[in-house]
Order: sequence, then C-alpha cells, then structure tokens
Amino acid sequence: MNKEFKAKIDRAVNNANLTGALGKFSEAYKVNRAKAYEGIDFEELRGRVACIKSEAAADLDGLAEEFRKNAEALGAKVFRTSDPHQVKEYILKVAQEAGVKTVVKSKSMATEEIHLNPYLVKNGISVAETDLGEWIIQLAGQTPSHMVMPAIHLTKEEVAELFSKEVEERLAADIPRLVKVARNELRPKFLAADMGISGGNIAVAETGSIVLVTNEGNARLVTTLPRIHVAVIGVEKLIKEFAGVAPILEALPRSATAQLLTSYVSIISGPTQNDDGSPKELHIVLMDNRRSEMARDPKFKQALQCIRCGSCLNVCPIFRLVGGHVFGDIYTGGIGTILTAWFDELKKSEDIQGLCIQCGNCTQVCPGKIDIPELILEIRRRLVLEKGQPLLQKAIFSVVNNRRMFHGMLRAASLAGKPFSSGKFIRHLPLFLAELTDGRSLPAIADKPFRDQFRDLKQPVCAEKAVFYAGCLMDFAYPEMGVALIKLLNKAGIEVIFPDEQTCCGAPALYNGAYEVAAQNAADNITALLAAEASYVVSACPTCTVALAHDFQKTLESVGRTEWLPKAKELAAKTVDLSTLVKRLVDAGRLSFKEGEQLGAVTYHDSCHLKRTLKVFDEPRELLEKAGYQVTEMFECDMCCGMGGSYSIKLPEISAPILQRKLQNIKDTGAPVVAMDCPGCVMQIRGGMDQDGAQVRVQHSVELLVDRIKG
Amino acid sequence: MFEAFKTRAEGVGAEVHRVATREEALLFIRWFLETERINESPGSGALWAKSALLDGVPESEIPRHPGLSHDVSRDRAAQAKLGISEAQWGVADTGSLVLDQGAPEQRLVSSLPTIHLALLPTGNILAGKTQVFAKMNPATSKYIAFITGPSRTADIERVLTIGVHGPERLVIVCIDDVEGGTR
Repeated sequence: MNKEFKAKIDRAVNNANLTGALGKFSEAYKVNRAKAYEGIDFEELRGRVACIKSEAAADLDGLAEEFRKNAEALGAKVFRTSDPHQVKEYILKVAQEAGVKTVVKSKSMATEEIHLNPYLVKNGISVAETDLGEWIIQLAGQTPSHMVMPAIHLTKEEVAELFSKEVEERLAADIPRLVKVARNELRPKFLAADMGISGGNIAVAETGSIVLVTNEGNARLVTTLPRIHVAVIGVEKLIKEFAGVAPILEALPRSATAQLLTSYVSIISGPTQNDDGSPKELHIVLMDNRRSEMARDPKFKQALQCIRCGSCLNVCPIFRLVGGHVFGDIYTGGIGTILTAWFDELKKSEDIQGLCIQCGNCTQVCPGKIDIPELILEIRRRLVLEKGQPLLQKAIFSVVNNRRMFHGMLRAASLAGKPFSSGKFIRHLPLFLAELTDGRSLPAIADKPFRDQFRDLKQPVCAEKAVFYAGCLMDFAYPEMGVALIKLLNKAGIEVIFPDEQTCCGAPALYNGAYEVAAQNAADNITALLAAEASYVVSACPTCTVALAHDFQKTLESVGRTEWLPKAKELAAKTVDLSTLVKRLVDAGRLSFKEGEQLGAVTYHDSCHLKRTLKVFDEPRELLEKAGYQVTEMFECDMCCGMGGSYSIKLPEISAPILQRKLQNIKDTGAPVVAMDCPGCVMQIRGGMDQDGAQVRVQHSVELLVDRIKG
Repeated sequence: MFEAFKTRAEGVGAEVHRVATREEALLFIRWFLETERINESPGSGALWAKSALLDGVPESEIPRHPGLSHDVSRDRAAQAKLGISEAQWGVADTGSLVLDQGAPEQRLVSSLPTIHLALLPTGNILAGKTQVFAKMNPATSKYIAFITGPSRTADIERVLTIGVHGPERLVIVCIDDVEGGTR
C-alpha cells in the first residue's frame, strides 16, 4: 500500500468529527433499517429485486434499444453511448444549440462519474447542484463521500462557514436555518435555469419511463421548471417491465435511508409541456462506460444488481471509521470499490480493495443480493494476475505451500519469540515489526505444537471416528484448545484422528488474491483429511471450516483444477464446526452437562465467518447456557473484531480502533468472561485485553464447555 | 384502509383530515384559507389547479377568497403560500399520495408553495404500491408523482429537517362521498 494512501487513512481515523458522525449514524441506521423492514420478508423481496436486475443485466443491449424505441415514440430524444466523453459533448451541444446559460442539477452519480460539472463550467455554462448535500460539497469544492448522503463528513459548523461565504452574512450553525438559506438561495436558480439535469434511479424499457427518487423535492423542480430536461442514466438502471418498479421502490428507500418511501418519486414517460405551453425538450442519455463489458463478465455481472442504496457503506465497520474519501472521489464503500475498478480502472482499486476486511456485514443487507466481499476478492485475484504477487508475499506463500518448511519455521519462531514474550504473549517486537504489537499482544508460539502433543494423548478406542482439522493457530499458538476438543469428543464416544499431513487452510493466500497457492493448500488438505475413515471432519476455527466447506471448491474451480471437485465436495459434506457438532451430540443425548452450578455471566462474540457464512449463532449460546453460564449480550455482538487474518498486520491503523470498540462493548457488559468460537478472534481480543489491562477472560467456547460435560 | 393510510401519512409529517362530502371539503378549504390568512399580498396567495372534484360544481359554490386564484402560472406559484390540487390515489402502507401530474400546473401548485393541500377520494386509497402500479398507465400519465409527507432532508449531520425545496406542510383532505369513493 502506498504511503499517501496510508496517510489518508491516518487522517481519517484521527478525524474525531468524521468517525463520531459516522459511528453514530451506523448505530442508528441498523435500528431504523430494521424498523423500516418490519412486516416485510426481506429475503423474498431481495430475491425479486435481484431477479429483476440480473435479468436486465443479461440483456442490456436489448433493453436499451427497447427503451430508446419507446421513449422516442413518446417524444424524448435518446442518446446512447459507451464513451463518457461523448456524454459530455452531447450535453454541451444541446446546451449550446438552445442558448443555455444556466443549469440546475438534481443528484446524479452518473454525472459525478464523468465529471460533467467542470466540463460545462469550462465551457461557460454555470451549473448549480440543488440537492442540499451536493450543493454543500459543490461550495466546498469537494467530492461526495457517500452515495446517498454526499456531505455526511461535514459538520454543521463547517456548513455554516461555507454558506456564510456564499451569502456574505455571518450564519450560525443552526440546521433548520441553514436549510432555509439553501431554499432561498437555490429557488431563484431553479426559476431562472434553462436546463435541468437529473440522474435516474430506474429506466423502464417497456414504457420508456424514468423514475426519480428524492426527498427534498429538487428533482421535481429540475424536471419541471427549465425548458430542457436532460437525464443521464447508467444502462444498469434499465429494467424490462413497468411492474418491476414497485419492488425496487419497496427496497430502495428502506435500505438507503430507512424510509418506507422517500418524500417524492417521479415517473416520467416522455416530455410534457412547459408551463408556458411550449413543449419540453427531454433528452435521455444512456451511458455505458464499461457496464456492458461488466455484464459479460461471469463474476462481475452480479454487481449490476446494485440499486445504489448505499447500505453496504452504512453497515461497513471500515467505512464508519474512515468515511468515503479514503475510498475515492465518486463511488465509495464496498460496492464503490467494485464500481471504481470497472468504471475508472482496475489499478485505481489497488489500494482501496485492501480496505475490505471480509466480515460479510454487507452481504446481509444488500437488496440486490450482491456478494460484495467475494467480488472484492476477485478484484484482488485479478490484480495479482495482472501485476504479480509482491515479492515478500510470494516468498511467504511459497513457504506456506511447503508444509514441512512452514511448520519448521513456526517451531523456530517459538524459540525466536522468547526474548520478547512474557508468559503467554509477545508484547513487543523490535523495529519494523513493532506495529504488529501496537494495541495488541500477540500469542507466543507454543513450546509444543498440538501436532506433537497429540501423539501423547490417550484416547479411548471408539467405533465412531472424527478427523480433526486444527488450523495453524490452534496447532501452533493454542494447542490447549485442540486438547480440549479431543477430550470433549471422547466423552461422546468419538475417537479423534489427527492427520499429520494437514496444512494451512489457504485462507491467507485466498484473501490476498493468491488463488494458485490457496488451490494447492486445498488439494493437500483434501488428500490428508479424506485419507482416514471418519464420520466427520471437525474444526474449531470458523475460517478454516469455511475454507473446507465452501472455499476449496470455489478456489479449485476458479484455477481450473476441476478434477479435484468431487473430492472437495466429499470433504465439504463431512465438514462441521465444533459448536454445531456438539449441539447435535447434546440433542442426541450423547453429551450432557453437569447440573446445579451457576457459573456467572459470559458474553459471546460472534465471529464473522461463523455467523454470516456458516449461519451458526444460536448453538454456541445455547451450549453455554446449558453449561451453566448466563449469556449477557454485548452491543454489536456480531461486529468484526478487526482481526481479519493478515488484515490486522496490513492495516493496523484500522484494525486497532475496531478492536478498541469491541473491547469496550465487551467490558460494558460487566461479564468477567467473553467466549467465541474462533482462535483468530481469541488472538485479537485476548491480545487487546492484555494490553488494555482489563480483567476479562477471553476463551474459546470449547475451553468453557469441556469441563462442564459429564463423564 | 383509511386508518392505515392516516397513521402512515401522519407518521411522515402529513396532516390528514376526513370529510363526508364534497360540500364539506369545500367548507374545509374556506376555513383553511381563513386560518392561513390567504390574501393578495406577495407570498400570501393561494393557487388551485384544475381538479375533477370541481367538475359540475356550480360557480356560486366554488370558494372565493382574496388571494385565491385558479389561474396557475409559474410566477403566481412561486409567490403562493398555498397550493391546492387533487390526488388520484392513496397508498395505505406508506401513507403516500399518487398524482397524475402530466399537466405542469399540477406540479407548480404542489412543489413551489409552502403548503400543499391535496384532495383525495377516500375510496381511492389502495393497500400498497403493487395495487397502484396495476392501475397506472405511463402511456397516458406522463408524469406520475408519489408524494409522501412534506419535503425533507437530513443532509446536514443527519438531522431531519422539513421543507427544503418543496412544501413544508402537506395537508391531505380525504373525501368519502365522491365518484370512486365509498358512497
């Protein structure tokens, strides 16, 4: 990551106004969004929206032509182009031919995308943004930081400052008063403008209609008062049928601003009359700018299902920390990363794609059902293909692919770490490695890894066997968790097998775009784990479980090693996470808990992969309750802890404040123990608690459960 | 249906009234013109866009008031305090009005003045958007407007503020006994 980008992040996370405003907003958004969707089956609704949008994306060309035909039949002029520059030239030509001096605009991301305003201004046309947020940033000479709330990064004091300059009067930071000033300043501009430029939220091929969704009422004025109306619309806004508008209107306001419907929705089908009786000129510009190319890409066509609600930004733990401007000038947040890679260029996304921690929050709320984290991984993969892996990373991954060498190095690290560790932690690392331990202690590498301890474990001989997949952290940092797991399964009459040939699950390579490395890890593990006869393959690390149960197949397929797929499927079917397995064993009466003891409060942290990919969240809570603990929920229990594998190493300036928030939420419950199902989260949170000095025990569930089981 | 509509509309800041007959509606409007002190001075006028509800109403029964005009123009609308127009449909689950606004005067009176008073046949309140979409025809209605509460913004510090570019108040008068209404 380049220095300038790092500096940008640094400035953003240290901007208390920004992180304060965004933090408060994201908390309120979660509650309000849930309320707006009350009584609505969100999964059903987004299924319909995704279907309408994906069908449209599959036939952009056909729909664009149908739209043109129908809109032109109604009297509109339709201009279709793939070239952003031609959009600008066309609008300028229309303006010049009609003697346009002034333009009023309602919000349009498509015109932001092509930098229309400076082009018109350069050619002598005055342009006023009329959406309040857009006007604010126009006065500030900035770019939008959020698709729906462009000026969310500015305080009322900053807005008062800007407005004071504009009206040459000292204005107080009184929001209703500032809004009045905007109304009064912009009203004459609306009445005098020769041309109105809008975007479009939906374009309907069947009827040639465009749909505008706003709250302020500016789009109604922009499309009514000036004698010429130009609508600039990305072709991905096309849908086939008029009936498809309703479901999008159900989802868009609820997801964008937690409203049941915005104040205004305008459906314009062809030009109407001007108020002086003359016919209005209506120009509709259908802009492609690589959208059709995107539609032909088997992976990225999904991104055209976006309805631009911005909810992926609102739930993103990174966005709420750094705001929009770190992501770029136009499209921001998760979906913005993807759109920037396409509409601008892949190279531009090089730094920003690294901001995604892969927590999956956005996948839960996206009304277009877009798997944003997966598409960001795909960007990573393509960047690696295009540019090659950075040398150091390459070296690391080649070591990871050489199991003996990798494990040998981990053992060596156990000795090398000694001078810096005290007890269970490495507290400080020297020189450039110091930032790894900034705000968080790292676990010392175990003296004796799990694989060595396993040989000395005495197990009963049982008919039923389970293969244990430990994963690197449990094997080399937290072997005691593995030992607990074996003890627990033995009590249910299951004998555990530990194939020595198992190696890294490949997640670190995968999340860094090194798919070839990850695929080799997958193949090695499939061979190792399927060699023994067993009923299950169990893992107590959700990231590893996801690798075994989901990622292996996808990775092998995407590098073309399809001969491995049947075996990958076989492994996936056998793979189970620990909490799910234990819950099943308890339900079947094969495990039972000791009774009659109150163990006090425990709070539970949901790990990203367990909650959102594996959909496991009730099971661990139920088991802890049965074991005698009282589960006290923390605020934002399922928000990422900031670990994200190597993320915490690459972007410690973001990871650290996310961790601090998590620590605070844990401490606020007053529970003396926090439980979780992921050794990565344990590493992050335990390390954070150690540096914080708080008296909260951080434990993997298995450690809390094992001694409470009878037998 | 009316109760659901009223709850939702009031939830987003609209004012909802219900009258039994067209005559009562006209009476309500007379009262409203009085209360809002509509007069001929600039910024205090009222404009009433063509409305099917007035069809067949004898000239003598149409409310007259100083400052009230039925002759809609851009300048008058920009100066008016109150705009009156008719909505075709109501949407119960969002508290929205749906207006066929192909004629520009319909938009002028409902977007430029500070107050928008909308007349709505109670019987035209439908359950949701889907029902409304089934009734609308974009081939004949070239500018369909959904209006849900007054104009609003939260663009400064996410603080909800009413009345940016559109009306600060939306007053809805539902009339039971008109064509299309529940007689």
